[in-house]
Amino acid sequence: MKLNELTLKKAIDLIDKKEVALKDIYRDINEKMEEDSKKLNIYLSLDKTAEKKAEEQKNKPLRGLPIAVKDNFLTVGLPTTASAKILDGFMPPYESTVTKRLKSAGGIVIGKTNMDAWAHGSSTETSDFGPTKNPRNPDYLPGGSSGGSAAAVADNMTITAIGSETAGSIRQPAAWCGVVGLKPTYGRTSRYGVVAMGSSLDSPGPLTKTVEDSAVLLNIIAGRDENDATTSPLSVPDYTKNLKKGVKGMRIGICYIDNPKIKGTEAAISIEKAGKILESLGAKVDMVLTSHHLEKGKILNHEHAISVYTIVQRAEVSSNLSRYDGVRYGKDRSFFGHEAKNRIMLGVFGLSSSVSQEELVYEYAQKVRSLYITNFKELFSRYDVLISPTSPSYALPLGATSGDAMFGELQDMLVEPSSLAGNCGISVPCGYNSKTNLYLGLNIMGDYFNEEKILQVASAYEEATTWNSWLKKI
Amino acid sequence: MVKISNDLVKHMSRLARIPISDAEEKELAKGFNKTLEVIDNLFKVDVKGVEPTHQVTGLENVLREDIVDDKKMLTQEQALSNTKNKHNGYFVVDQILAED
Amino acid sequence: MTDYLPIIGMEIHVQLKTKTGLFCGCKNDSSAKAPNIHTCPVCLGLPGALPIANKKAIEWTVKFGLALNCKINKNSKFDRKHYFYPDLPKGYQISQYDLPFCFEGFVNTSFGKVKVGRVHLEEDAGKLIHETINGKKVSLVDFNRSGVPLIEIVTGPDMHSSIQAKEYAKKIKQIVRYLDIGNCDMEKGEMRLEANISLQKKGETKLPNYKVELKNINSFRFLERGIEYEIKRQKEILDSGKTPVQETRGFNSEKGITYTQRSKEEAADYRYFPDPDLPPIRLDDRWMDEIKSTEPELIDSVFARWEKDYKVDRKFTELLFETAEESKWLDNLFFEAKKQKLDVVRLVNQLVNRKIKTAFDKNSLYQILNDFKKSVAVDDITDEQLLVIIKKILSINQKAVADYKSGKTNVINFLVGMVMREAKKKIEFKRLESLITSMIR
Repeated sequence: MKLNELTLKKAIDLIDKKEVALKDIYRDINEKMEEDSKKLNIYLSLDKTAEKKAEEQKNKPLRGLPIAVKDNFLTVGLPTTASAKILDGFMPPYESTVTKRLKSAGGIVIGKTNMDAWAHGSSTETSDFGPTKNPRNPDYLPGGSSGGSAAAVADNMTITAIGSETAGSIRQPAAWCGVVGLKPTYGRTSRYGVVAMGSSLDSPGPLTKTVEDSAVLLNIIAGRDENDATTSPLSVPDYTKNLKKGVKGMRIGICYIDNPKIKGTEAAISIEKAGKILESLGAKVDMVLTSHHLEKGKILNHEHAISVYTIVQRAEVSSNLSRYDGVRYGKDRSFFGHEAKNRIMLGVFGLSSSVSQEELVYEYAQKVRSLYITNFKELFSRYDVLISPTSPSYALPLGATSGDAMFGELQDMLVEPSSLAGNCGISVPCGYNSKTNLYLGLNIMGDYFNEEKILQVASAYEEATTWNSWLKKI
Repeated sequence: MVKISNDLVKHMSRLARIPISDAEEKELAKGFNKTLEVIDNLFKVDVKGVEPTHQVTGLENVLREDIVDDKKMLTQEQALSNTKNKHNGYFVVDQILAED
Repeated sequence: MTDYLPIIGMEIHVQLKTKTGLFCGCKNDSSAKAPNIHTCPVCLGLPGALPIANKKAIEWTVKFGLALNCKINKNSKFDRKHYFYPDLPKGYQISQYDLPFCFEGFVNTSFGKVKVGRVHLEEDAGKLIHETINGKKVSLVDFNRSGVPLIEIVTGPDMHSSIQAKEYAKKIKQIVRYLDIGNCDMEKGEMRLEANISLQKKGETKLPNYKVELKNINSFRFLERGIEYEIKRQKEILDSGKTPVQETRGFNSEKGITYTQRSKEEAADYRYFPDPDLPPIRLDDRWMDEIKSTEPELIDSVFARWEKDYKVDRKFTELLFETAEESKWLDNLFFEAKKQKLDVVRLVNQLVNRKIKTAFDKNSLYQILNDFKKSVAVDDITDEQLLVIIKKILSINQKAVADYKSGKTNVINFLVGMVMREAKKKIEFKRLESLITSMIR
């Protein structure tokens, strides 16, 4: 086995046992990069001094191991572009809190990964610097917007990675690339120093080879930040502690697969099977029926969430992108790509009183958002976690996004409800097509600050199944 | 719901300060209308008596003391480091733009 | 010739003198020696930066609102106000829209009550300087001021003369200085005045269907003159049967005229929405009690009390202090003076004329009373009594009077000496000089 294929946990173990040298891990990673990076277009920039920096971090928790970071995190010393032409060459004068914490813990930012420009998308095809290709099958998309980070992990071009999710941007590429992706509760991780997309939704989180690796990274990055007023003051538990507790006695609800557009699809079937496995492990598994209005014990139809999410997110996007005027940094606004223009203008529409709506479209959407929050609150009083397909399908081929003004929001339809509510969720591989070498993802959702629970379920499922290629190898 | 005309697109592009060509205007109008078709059903949802959610955190009064934060402050050089349009410590813009 | 009633409302922005910005910990220093030296990712609008609200700025806003008899919104928030301008780094200003901290207050003027619709808190933008570099017209942008807390005070269309507007604006400054929450140095832009002016036909009850906004006024005098000019200008237009254009005008102090700055054909679309980065503010009872406990006595009540207890006129006493701290010191001074059976009115006069200097520290209080007692002993004679003596002296010194009138002003020394000899007292020179010269004229 090549050392770039190690998981984070295993790499730390082997380094501690002195069975593996840090420089050999970097050697194998660099080799893989030379092989695949240009072909797959995963990294936008690399830190050539990474290995040297790593030597000085050997005694810290992350031992100097490399982390691929999505290019919307501001990192001093490396350009930060959010894959947007406007920010081409931007060198941040300050560091994001998340990468600061990783660096303090001895992690090395080996490079910045490609993404959908400004995080607008679910494919990484709308990057201003070319699409990233899915390492499992380069004719296909890796998903997005954290597609580069997911692909880096899938292709073993890093030991572990960081991304961000507004609604699906960690979990969906994780599903499409066959890796693990964790979206923490909104406010669990700091947004300070992350190029803002949907301010009331953005959640930085890990993309990793195993569930345990996600728990290790979450331990380091979670927690209140005095630079971000929306972070929670709740204390951070040790997310690795109860990881292997198992699911005996847990109440699990299966969602969304009764929807006529999803019923009977491979994605739906994979979730039914997942439910059976969890049942065999001792959980109590129910089907949660969909309803078109608030009903106790039922889940609100996800289709309205698409509208709510589109309006709220695009409104916040249009606002957050107002600062890019070319005066203090970056290029002027004529350099926005097509997708960005689309979203900004619709966002402006949603906030504009000159469109002569009685009530702002945005305000209306925020009311429907409240319904979803109430719905999840009620369901989590009955269930420990809810599960669903992460994505309605396997990864789609390159070019699938062209001409579709709503591609992003439609692909993420199943995760938009819980994202609007601010809940946490994790995606783990749960299906595989040997013809295409592509994966399906199981989305496990939890109540606010219940990351321990979803990690527990994810870990039990991961161990009881053979989808995770890294667990087999070690 | 309002149908998006080319004029409305022009108006939105002015509000958003994003220059668009005539061809883009047509394309964006088409894209908008497609988007609006998708979200149109939203207005059938009954939200009588429902408060809008602006904050999912439930937090309030997250405040800071009135103390200078030296660690966060940038030097003049750092502040100007990402632009070529500078002069004697100032950012420089065309005056025509400024009087808009 | 129709008669018109001026309808005037004002919008005043006041910079708070907090140590740091409203949403970041950058130094708030309007005398910064160089541009762009007090910035950070937040007030420079860098990607990824986030605001955190300054507790003191909020408390001072509430304090100010209470001093204006405002109601306080217990549940409040900040909203984003969108527009593009090079000095606005985020492309939006964090301000307040529908839930300002303070609302429905008033200020008393000698012409009547002026209603204050709202007082809200927002961040300031950077500064633009227009220059020509290498033959090209450019604007230089300095973001030191970006993020400084501003309170915006908005009145109803309740004023009806330029004098009233000036009095109102001066009162606002007085209250800000009294609470010591701002310096209001208009040359430094620490207080900015805007007026809305329109004319209503006498007898009409509806408000006029247009409004002219007057901006860029940086002194009370210019405010008065600008409004006067506008009233005249609008009267001429209305008399000719037309309606003045709804627009923004500036004031040219050299020429004493107003001029078009930009026309407001459509209301600006600021696309307000609550800022998702800032959790809402809840001014619960405990916090409000804390704030109220540091609120000084209303300034109007202080003046009223002094008039009642010491018979001192407000127009003199208001020249003697700025802050509440200083007014408390004066309280002690007047109380002591009265206790020692001294003439407080005269004491105030001497303080106003700088014959005795106010020093506002504990030790100087007794020193001041002693100085006063000394000067009163010397000068223990009324003006009426002096005038009788002066009349007599002048009548027997006709030559000296003639000399003075012909330009030999030094002769005043001789006349002063004569008066003092006649009065058999040492009297303050300037006092006699002014009495004698006024009599000679």
